[in-house]
Amino acid sequence: MTKLLDQEYRFLHKSLNGWSRLLLLLAAVTVAAAVFFPLWKLHLVAPQYADGLDMVIYTYKLEGGGLNGNDLDEINLLNHYIGMKPIHQADFTEMQVLPFMFGVFFLLALRAAVFGEMKAVVDLFMLAAYFGMFSIGTFYFRLYSYGHNLDSTAPMPTQPFTPLIFGTQKIANFTQSSYPEMGTYLLWAFMAMLLAAIWFSRKGRALPTP
Amino acid sequence: MKPLPKFLSALATAGACAALLAGCGKPQTGSASKGNTDAEITQAAVDSYVPPGEKDEYYLFYSGGHSGQVFVAGIPSMRHIMTIPVFAPYPGLGYGFDEESKKLLGDYTWGDVHHPGLSQTDGNYDGRWLFVNDNANNRVARIDLRDFKTKEILGPIPNSMGNHGSSFVTENSEYVLVATRFSVPLPKGTVADLEDYEEKFNGMVSGIKVDPKSGEMSVGWQILTPPFNWDLGSTGKGPSSGWAFWTSYNTEMAHDQLETNASQLDRDLAAVVNWKAAEQAVKEGKATEMSGVPIIDPAKVPGVLYYVGIAKSPHGMDVDPTGHWIVAGGKLQPTTTVLNFEKIQKAIATKDFEGEFRGVPILNHDSVVEGEVPVGLGPLHTQYDGLGNAYTSLFIDSQVAKWKMPPWTDEEKKDLTSVVLDKIPVHYSIGHLVVAGSDTKNPYGKWLVAMNKLSKGRHLSVGPAQPEDSELIDITGKKMRVVYESFTEPEPHFAQILKADAIKPIEVYPKAESTDPNAIWTAEEAGQVRKGNEVIAKMTAIRSRFVPDRLEAKVGDTLTVHITNVEQASDMIHGFGLVENNMNVVIDPGETKTLKVKLTKPGVYPYYCTNFCSALHQEMQGYLVVRNADAVIPDDEPVNPASLEAVPDTNAVDGEPAVPATSMPKVPKEG
Repeated sequence: MTKLLDQEYRFLHKSLNGWSRLLLLLAAVTVAAAVFFPLWKLHLVAPQYADGLDMVIYTYKLEGGGLNGNDLDEINLLNHYIGMKPIHQADFTEMQVLPFMFGVFFLLALRAAVFGEMKAVVDLFMLAAYFGMFSIGTFYFRLYSYGHNLDSTAPMPTQPFTPLIFGTQKIANFTQSSYPEMGTYLLWAFMAMLLAAIWFSRKGRALPTP
Repeated sequence: MKPLPKFLSALATAGACAALLAGCGKPQTGSASKGNTDAEITQAAVDSYVPPGEKDEYYLFYSGGHSGQVFVAGIPSMRHIMTIPVFAPYPGLGYGFDEESKKLLGDYTWGDVHHPGLSQTDGNYDGRWLFVNDNANNRVARIDLRDFKTKEILGPIPNSMGNHGSSFVTENSEYVLVATRFSVPLPKGTVADLEDYEEKFNGMVSGIKVDPKSGEMSVGWQILTPPFNWDLGSTGKGPSSGWAFWTSYNTEMAHDQLETNASQLDRDLAAVVNWKAAEQAVKEGKATEMSGVPIIDPAKVPGVLYYVGIAKSPHGMDVDPTGHWIVAGGKLQPTTTVLNFEKIQKAIATKDFEGEFRGVPILNHDSVVEGEVPVGLGPLHTQYDGLGNAYTSLFIDSQVAKWKMPPWTDEEKKDLTSVVLDKIPVHYSIGHLVVAGSDTKNPYGKWLVAMNKLSKGRHLSVGPAQPEDSELIDITGKKMRVVYESFTEPEPHFAQILKADAIKPIEVYPKAESTDPNAIWTAEEAGQVRKGNEVIAKMTAIRSRFVPDRLEAKVGDTLTVHITNVEQASDMIHGFGLVENNMNVVIDPGETKTLKVKLTKPGVYPYYCTNFCSALHQEMQGYLVVRNADAVIPDDEPVNPASLEAVPDTNAVDGEPAVPATSMPKVPKEG
C-alpha cells in the first residue's frame, strides 16, 4: 500500500519532457482559440423552415443564425406560442465566466509547460474536466428550465419537455438537433493534449524531493 | 435547364398524349399542338416544365396595359409570380391605401402601362430599375428591383401628351426617352380648334433624366415636333450611341378619322434624334422654356433631329444589338425597313437630303435604307437574338417571322425573300414580342415571348371578357417552336426578360435600414396620442397581434396609424384592414406604413390582419372605438397605459407572451 502511494507521489512529481511541454504549449493555444469559436449549435427544421433556424452558443455570446442573426428572435417568437420564456443572452450568466475560465486554463497550461511538473498537468486536467461537466450540467438545467416553465395560458399548451442537449428529436412540427461545434472540439483537443502530455512523461525522472 | 429526371419525362409524355387525345376528338383549329408529333409535344413539355420547388431561369416583366400594373412571370414555366402595382390601387399589396402609395398615385387611379425598360449600364441590363410608361396620363414610373416596389412616378410630364413612345432607356441609363402619341396645343391647357391641328398642335420628344445613383427622375429637355403621332422607338448603342429613333404614323397630320386619313401617305416620317446633341444644345443655352422645361426647336438647332421616310404607318423601330442596324416595321406594308446607321451618318455628313419638313432635313431614303425585307403582313415589332437573326411580329398574318440581318450577299439583296428563314403561327394577332435581352448589346437569346392580342377562346371560356395570349417560343433551333402558352390579364404591350441571377432582391427590410421617423420596434413605444382632432397611433404588428389592439377616437377625428411590421423573417407579412372604412394596408417585414382615416360614423370598428400570417392569424385583430363627436375625453394624455408594459417586447418577445397585449385607454364619458 505504502509502495503504491509512494509510486503515485513519485509519479506526480515527475518532471515533464520536451514533448510534453510542447504539447502543453499547444494545449494553451488551443484553449485560447476555443473562446472565439461556437461551442454548441441548436438547429430547428420544420416544413416552413426548410433551411432551419439556428441558435449558436459561444463562450461569451448567444447568436441567432439566418439573415442579420434573426433566427434567435424567430425562435423566441415561435416559442411564445407555447409560453416559453424568451431566450436571452443576459440570462446565460456563465457567459460572463466562461471566457475568464478559458483564460485561466490558458495560463495554467502555460504554467505547467514552464514549471514542467506532472502534478500541474494533472491538476489542470481535473479542473478542466470538472468545469466541463459542470457546464454541461448547467446547460442541461437551463434547457430543462426553459422547457418546463411554460406559461399555462399560452395559446398552444404543450407538455413540458427538455430540448435535447446532444442528438436529434422531434418537437411538434420541428426536428430539433443539438450538436457540439468547433469550440467544444477544441476544448476536447485541449483535454486530449493534457492527457498526452501526461502519457509522454509517464516514464520520466522523478524530481528530487525538496 | 437541368436535364429532367426520367419520371418527369414520363409525366410530360402522359400529358402530351392526353393533349393528343383531346385533339383527336374534334379538330382544334389553330391548336399549337396541331400537326406536332407526339415526340415534339413531349419535348415542348419537358423544355417548359419547371418542377415544383425548382425556379425559373428568367424573369419576364410584362406591362399590364390599362390595368396600370406590371406582371412578373417566370420563363420557361410562364407562371405568373407577382403583380407589381404601379399606376392603380392594388388591395392585395395594400397599394394605394397607405399615405406613401396614395401620394405616388396622386389624383389618378389608373394608368396605361405599355413598354417596360430595364436600366442599363454599358448597354447591358444592370438589374437596378425597371421603368414603365403611362400612355394615358403622361407619366413614367420607376420600380426598384431590389424590392420590386414602385419608388417614383414622374408626371404628368409637361408639354407631353400621350406617353406611348417610351420607356426607352439609354445605354447607361442617362435618360428614359419619351415621345408623344398625341399632339395638343402647347402648353397644355391651351385651347385651339381641331381644324388648326397642323399649325397649332405639337408633339414632343422628352429626355427624362435619371440620377445615376438614386434613380430619381426629372424632365431634362424636350424637342418640339410637328403633330405626327410618334409611335415606338428605341435607343442607340455602340456606333449609334447617343441616338434614338421613333416611327410616326400620322405624317398626314390628320385630326379626324385617323384610320383613313392617317393612312394616305406611302411613307411616314420617322425621327432620328441625336439626344446627346439635344443635351449639349440645352447646356449651350439654345433652348427656350415652356412650363419650366427647356424646349429645343429643331429647326433652330440643327443636328438634333432628322427625318427618314418609312413605309407605311410603321410601328416598331428597333436598334439591333450591334447598334449598326435599325429595323422599322411597316404596319400597312408587308415589309420591314432596315436602316444602316453608317449610311445615316454619311447622309448627314454629306447633306444627302431629299427635302426638309419645317426646317428639319429628311434623309435621302434610298441612301440610308439597306433593304426592305418582305416578312409578311402587318409587321409591328422586331427583336434580335444576337446571332444575326431578327424576329418580327406579324399582326395580320398572326405569325412571327425569323429573318437574317444584314450584311447580305449580293444574291440575297436581289431577292430579300431569301433572307426570311422561318415563320411560325401564333394565336392570334400578335402585337409585341420580346426576345430575352434583345435591346442590350448581348442578348440572352434562347426564348421569345409572343404577346398576342387575341386569345379567341383558346382558354376555358370565361365569358365575353377575354385574357391575352402569351406564347413561349424556343428560338435556339433552325425552326422556331411554340413550347407553352399562358393567358395574361389585360394587357401586355411589351415585356423585358432578365436573367434570374442578374438580381438578388431582398425579402425583408432590414431593421437597421429603417429611416421612417414613425417606425417603432417594441410594444413599449406603441400607443396613441390626441392632437386636437387628430388621433395619432403608433402600432406594431407581429405574429399574432397588433399593439395596441384598441384605438379610441371620436367622430370628426382624423385617425393616423403608423404601423411597423417588426418581423425580420421572410414572408411574415401582415395586413391592416379596417372594416367599413375602406382601408387595407399591407406591411412587409421590417416595413413601416402610415394610413389616415377620416372618422365620420360612430361605432366600433374591428381591424384585423388581412394577410395570412400564422396559426393565430384569425386572432390577430383589434377594435377602433369611434365615440360620438360630443363625447368628452378627459385629457390629452398619451394612451400608453401600464398594461402595455406587461406586454412582451415585440422584438425579443419578452415578458409574458401568452397575455394578449391590450392597451386600455382612459374610458371617456359619453357627453
